[in-house]
Amino acid sequence: MSEKTKTSEECSRRQFFTHISITLGSLAALMVGIPIVGSVLAPIVNKPKPIWRPVGELRSFTLDEYVKVNFVDASPLPWAGITAETAAWVRRSKNDELTVFSVNCAHLGCPVRWVSGAKLFMCPCHGGVYYSDGTVAAGPPPRGLYSYPVRIKDGQVEIKTSPIPITTVL
Amino acid sequence: MKFFNNAWNWFEDRTGLMGALWPIMTHAVPKNSASWFYVFGSATMFAFLLQIATGVTLAFMYVPSAGEAYQSLEFITNQTHFGRIVRGLHNWGASAMILLVGIHMIRVYLTASYKFPREMNWITGVVLLSLTIIMAFSGQVVRWDQTAVWSMIVASEQAGRIPFIGQWVAQFLIGGETIGGATLSRMFAYHVFIVPALLIIFLVFHLYLVIKNGISEFPKAGEPVDPKTYREKYEASVKRDGVPFWPVAAWRDMVFGFIVITTILLIAIIIGPPDLGAPPNPSNIDALPVPDWYFIFYFAFLALMPPPMETVLMVFGPLLVGLLLFALPFISNRGERSPLRRPWAVAMVALTIGSISGLWAIGISSPWSPHFDAKPLTVEIIGTDSGPVYRGGEHFNDKGCLYCHTISGHGGLRGPNLTYIGDRLSANELTWRIMNGGLNMPGFGGTLTNDELSDLVSFLKSRKHVNPQPSSSGGD
Ligand code: FES
Repeated sequence: MSEKTKTSEECSRRQFFTHISITLGSLAALMVGIPIVGSVLAPIVNKPKPIWRPVGELRSFTLDEYVKVNFVDASPLPWAGITAETAAWVRRSKNDELTVFSVNCAHLGCPVRWVSGAKLFMCPCHGGVYYSDGTVAAGPPPRGLYSYPVRIKDGQVEIKTSPIPITTVL
Repeated sequence: MKFFNNAWNWFEDRTGLMGALWPIMTHAVPKNSASWFYVFGSATMFAFLLQIATGVTLAFMYVPSAGEAYQSLEFITNQTHFGRIVRGLHNWGASAMILLVGIHMIRVYLTASYKFPREMNWITGVVLLSLTIIMAFSGQVVRWDQTAVWSMIVASEQAGRIPFIGQWVAQFLIGGETIGGATLSRMFAYHVFIVPALLIIFLVFHLYLVIKNGISEFPKAGEPVDPKTYREKYEASVKRDGVPFWPVAAWRDMVFGFIVITTILLIAIIIGPPDLGAPPNPSNIDALPVPDWYFIFYFAFLALMPPPMETVLMVFGPLLVGLLLFALPFISNRGERSPLRRPWAVAMVALTIGSISGLWAIGISSPWSPHFDAKPLTVEIIGTDSGPVYRGGEHFNDKGCLYCHTISGHGGLRGPNLTYIGDRLSANELTWRIMNGGLNMPGFGGTLTNDELSDLVSFLKSRKHVNPQPSSSGGD
């Protein structure tokens, strides 16, 4: 056997070691990567089932006036504490029609307030203002307030738990 | 004594640490780089070390649970021996780090130290800057009070504007569809594990590069960088009249670092940590999530963006700034380094500092925010306690006008000051404005009764200079 073939044999031997090491390393990373990345991304995929939360007796809502109601998110984690709470603006009008708006401004999510005297929703953050029907009156919001599904059951107003509305483009 | 000597010799023999590190500590650096202009990088690092030490200390006492973090922060602040000071150190240390990283970057830019062969020094620096910003934001969130909760929502909404994947990114950040138990745990993992680990990795890389490429010499006008000859010249000059980094250059770093750390400590003791706001209750809407001082300029930017362009500015603005920063050493990696020969660089810095300070000043007063707690107009200001003018004044208080308009020092700043509006607009013009609104004013046509409207107009008409010029009162 010549010196030359020995070297090339040695070469391919080394190449093999290199390949097997890199392959095994990547494979191990990939295998453990699946549960790791999966856990981190889980919240995007796992959607809690929405539920109807009672927020008060229908009759107790003042006519034509927005009232803030608080309710608990769908299936909150046991350690969520007060962070499990959410709020919405509810208005009862004639014929017991109900309007429910998210408290989150459609601009960047700050909490809007109902200013009863002005009959406007006002946002503290960047001065977004909405009319009482939720449409934009002034300021930067690109769209009106988001409404939440609502129903009346046994004389109780019930709101369907919903995600924080995210204003998206495209 | 002999024992310690022997022990040390044994240790050095077996580890060789001193032999490896000492030459690095004492490597020769350009004589003129031993300067007070060159202390900001090390000072940023000292502030970071302080953040690690105080952060770990806080982790001894903090509970990263959405339902309990707030109580643990109250406990740290009020019931532990030094907790208040440690929180203060961590808070003001963050401020110092942001400030110093900014100054360091400006210095490097002004002296064009990012040019050949230090392009990667700059790029790792930009990564460190971004990581520092992420730390600053996530730090405000793990200070889990009501402002934190709403800041988290505002940040996620910004992420939500990313085309196509916005919704996912936003929910990834919140850790679900709503603020809740997962939100804080995740922010805690970023703030305490992921980002600090990356910071340490890139800091080591950055320092390695500083040693590999050498500390840049203080630039002289008329000595441009030429990649072909730069390294040779640099080495020759360092050999000729370089000084050992330790201690000839480093003593200034230590002195300045000492001043920085002492200042942070003093502020932490005297001013203490920022007050905790109300508990993190997403159903409490009595909130105005203003960020800490160093982000207020961005808060103002978000408020002042022209709405039609805001998605583009919000998503691509930061991206573009980041890209430009990354690209800088490739745009110009040769030529003059001295700021005297780079007037545009000086102008850029002045412009950036100017616009940030401008936005900052506006952000402090936030004129776009309605003042929900504005003091109502008094009878003295209204000037009468009966009749249409008085009723109009009361409507001004009750109908929300006051939140956005100031009269005689009471009210918000969003809309024009109406103290002397009677001099400027006729009754017809006033009526029209109130009914239809304007630029940033809602129309009140649908909400005011005719009587209310006419009272309001009478009131506004009465807002005049006490002795109006005869010519200024229009016939109406
Ligand atoms: S979040 Fe309401 S105006 Fe920006």
